[in-house]
Amino acid sequence: MKLYDLIWLIPILPLLGAIFNGLVSNRLGLSKSVTNAVALLGSGLAWLLGWAAIVQWILELGIHHTHVVRLFSWIQGGSLRILDGSLAEIDIAASFQLDAVSALMVFFVTFVGFLIHVYSIGYMHDESDRAYARYFSYLNLFMFSMLVLVLGSNLAVLFVGWEGVGLCSYLLIGFYFEKDWCAAAGMKAFIVNRIGDWGFLLAIFATFMVFGTLEFTEFFPAAAAHPEHYASAATVIGLLLFVGAIGKSAQIPLYVWLPDAMAGPTPVSALIHAATMVTAGVYMVVRCNVIYRLSPTAMLVVAIVGGLTAIFAATIGLVQNDIKKVLAYSTVSQLGYMFLGAGVGAFVAAIFHVLTHAYFKACLFLGSGSVIHACGGEQDIRKMGGLRKYMPTTYWTFLVATLAISGIPIFAGFFSKDEILFKAFEAGASDLNHFGSTYYALWILGMVGAVLTAFYMFRLVFMTFHGEFRGGEEAEHHLHESPWTMTMPLVVLGVLSIFGGLVGVPGKLFGHPEWNLVERFLEPILLPIGHAAEGGHDLSHHAVSLGLEWGLVLASVAVAGFGIWLAYRFYMGAEAFVRPRRLAERFPLAYKLLLNKYWMDEIYDATVIAGTVNGSRILWEFDARVVDGAVNGTALTTVGSSFMSGIFDLRVVDGAVNLIGTSYDVASRWFRKLQVGFAQGYAMVMVFGAAILLAVYYLFKLN
Amino acid sequence: MIGATHYVALSLILLCIGLVGVMVRRNFITVLMSLELMFNAVNLNLIAFSFRLGDLTGQVLAIFVITIAAAEAAIGLGLIIALVRLKDTVALDEADEMGG
Amino acid sequence: MDFLVDNFGSILFYVVAAITVATAVGVVTFRNPVHSAVSLLLTFLMVAVLFIMSHAEFLAAVQVLVYAGGIMVLYLFVIMLVRITDLGPGTVFLSGLAPLAVLGGVVLGCLIAIGILLGSMAAGDGSAAAMTAIDGEAIGNTEAVGWLLYMKFLVPFEVVSVVLLVAMIGAIVFGRRDAALAGAGEEVEP
Repeated sequence: MKLYDLIWLIPILPLLGAIFNGLVSNRLGLSKSVTNAVALLGSGLAWLLGWAAIVQWILELGIHHTHVVRLFSWIQGGSLRILDGSLAEIDIAASFQLDAVSALMVFFVTFVGFLIHVYSIGYMHDESDRAYARYFSYLNLFMFSMLVLVLGSNLAVLFVGWEGVGLCSYLLIGFYFEKDWCAAAGMKAFIVNRIGDWGFLLAIFATFMVFGTLEFTEFFPAAAAHPEHYASAATVIGLLLFVGAIGKSAQIPLYVWLPDAMAGPTPVSALIHAATMVTAGVYMVVRCNVIYRLSPTAMLVVAIVGGLTAIFAATIGLVQNDIKKVLAYSTVSQLGYMFLGAGVGAFVAAIFHVLTHAYFKACLFLGSGSVIHACGGEQDIRKMGGLRKYMPTTYWTFLVATLAISGIPIFAGFFSKDEILFKAFEAGASDLNHFGSTYYALWILGMVGAVLTAFYMFRLVFMTFHGEFRGGEEAEHHLHESPWTMTMPLVVLGVLSIFGGLVGVPGKLFGHPEWNLVERFLEPILLPIGHAAEGGHDLSHHAVSLGLEWGLVLASVAVAGFGIWLAYRFYMGAEAFVRPRRLAERFPLAYKLLLNKYWMDEIYDATVIAGTVNGSRILWEFDARVVDGAVNGTALTTVGSSFMSGIFDLRVVDGAVNLIGTSYDVASRWFRKLQVGFAQGYAMVMVFGAAILLAVYYLFKLN
Repeated sequence: MIGATHYVALSLILLCIGLVGVMVRRNFITVLMSLELMFNAVNLNLIAFSFRLGDLTGQVLAIFVITIAAAEAAIGLGLIIALVRLKDTVALDEADEMGG
Repeated sequence: MDFLVDNFGSILFYVVAAITVATAVGVVTFRNPVHSAVSLLLTFLMVAVLFIMSHAEFLAAVQVLVYAGGIMVLYLFVIMLVRITDLGPGTVFLSGLAPLAVLGGVVLGCLIAIGILLGSMAAGDGSAAAMTAIDGEAIGNTEAVGWLLYMKFLVPFEVVSVVLLVAMIGAIVFGRRDAALAGAGEEVEP
């Protein structure tokens, strides 16, 4: 039995941990040590098995070999006539596959997940035993769902994982469900996600109707072989899949749940809303790169949405004062970059950015958790400052991660972000799919976004860790470094934030494209399309010269540097806060707009929510009045008619029976009158009788 | 001229008068006398037809009627005696022992 | 004068008929039973006249002898025997019944009249000769009636005799002093 045949075990191990912690530790109130052991085993073993299986797969089968492990037949239906007229058998299997992109995802999901499990031991230390067990159960359940998502070999299994992470997100965001706003945030996340899931489901149906199968290994080659034939179908499927990604990965207009999701515990924000769940959308788009490459329209839509989200979220992040909210909007912005990358055809760069983002964003969130923990729950950075002295480990790891996200060279984020921006420029230069000018515009947006990113991240660093502590004396006494369970993951992630990007060094700048390990690793997933393609990376090499390429690299470093310098001017030194305050006073409207996040939630409330609620109310009215009225009317009718029936029985039926008796009585009374004993009466009767007889006789005689 | 029709009409009138008398009078004796009147009407009828048809059978029948009428008168008067002895009255409306 | 002679038959008939009807009405109407009896007697006599007019001489004699001489005498005896003051201050006619009875009588009368009118009897003369002949032999009315009575109608004649006998017995039974109490079965001294 080879390890890569056991990839199905990778999700199952955390699942077992979740079941145990949820049903046993939670119910019986077992001690935290037991919960820890089970949870760590669950995620740790998954991590080790995952890495081992990947290694064995690379060594024995090679990265070009997609290894599919089919477990059992899951959904077996009859046959369905699909769009091209043939009969397709509905036979969806529970099967997993190990190929380049799923291996990469497994690689960092299991590892970062494990680190966050360790971090949570320290962070959730104060919770009750049962809540603690519940937390770890959910966390393990999330690992299970995410691993099912990335290891799935068909759209159905992927969707199972997709829904699963949505569920776990809801459970974990609403972990402190006794607080109304936490429970509400959880519901918001789930509902907004659901809207995306609707699109995803339609995409699954469309895929089946077009290709007759949901297995990646079956329909990707089919699509790649006949690009013109499937072009329009690919547009539809691509756009519908992207709707799902918009929901899951918090793009415009379905990003509103992510800032509210900060109501959950910080490790949850780190794991789910930075490193893993939100990147599922990017994973899905990259997995289905064949579909997108067949459809220039879909790719353009992805790029535009990504680019707009990147800059939109960055602007909001400029003025937020909650440390976690800044990071949340930063996440939305970075996800925008990833989709921008996918939209310009840089699928490898997008996944690379997922990887580096996982390192530094998790590090940032965990660092913020450490800060919040030290400040006794305070999250407002206006009440922080000078924490550098009290929590050096946290400070240095946070700083390193901030440098990474800002795109400073050799730190992790630089390579991936730079690659995306370069590819955007290249798409413009080579007039990709004839949308060249749009791609240029998107490149500009990306560059501006980079400035903003650097600025607001360093604003965060300066306000939190530098200057004087602004939180009051009482709090200052409590400031302390976090325990090793919390700092250890920070250090690991910090190191990765420094060196993690080196796997994707753009060797082509130096004439050695083989240095870009990531690109080489992920090359097999980019199936060659039909005839030599637009939308691939074939043309790209000729559009931008080496010199221009170097120029672009330096430009992106420059804009990042400019952002950092601006932040320094605004928030450091003697004149700290003076300039931003003046700026806010000069443009009060703009400041308000950004501070209130463009009032997006309020707009949604007034339009979508109000519309839905009113629509529901109308339907409820209809149901309560008409339908219930009809039902009640039926009930009343039944009661009424049975009442009538009873009356009928009493009066009519009994009356008839009585009538017979009474009629006898009356008749006998009447007949008795005949016998008066009065002879002359008899005589008269006789006379009349004779008269009648005669009359009758005459009548007969006359006729 | 006077024909059978006139006699028959007269007989009818006498019959009706007698009939009314039977039904209406309170005194039992008078009732019996009205009854005799009816017998006479019948006899008149019989004689009229006998004459008209030239058949003497009518007259024979009339003799029988007279005979029976006599017998009936005797019985009736006996009844009156009995009634008087029982009820001390000849008013028929008081003779309702058999009434319900 | 000629008129009288020519139509003597009709005039006589109408006069006699009128008297008959008047006395008949008198029978029904008089309060005093004696008056009713006398009225009845006159009716009988008038009817006898009508019989003679119809060439039924024997019957006219029988009518007078039996009815007027026998039955009316009997009625008068009984009226005298019974104390007629029993009737008291009550009404002559039964109060509620009178109109209805008159109506009934009239109706029946009309109906019978209709029957007569519809009848196929044509107006015509009777034959006086037939009234007095048997088998064409003119022997006189009495003999003719007698001949029929004892020849053709012998059995009915005998039966009627028996009926008379029975009636006589019945009358005696009714007339017994204790006849009123006979139903009670008590022994009463005669």
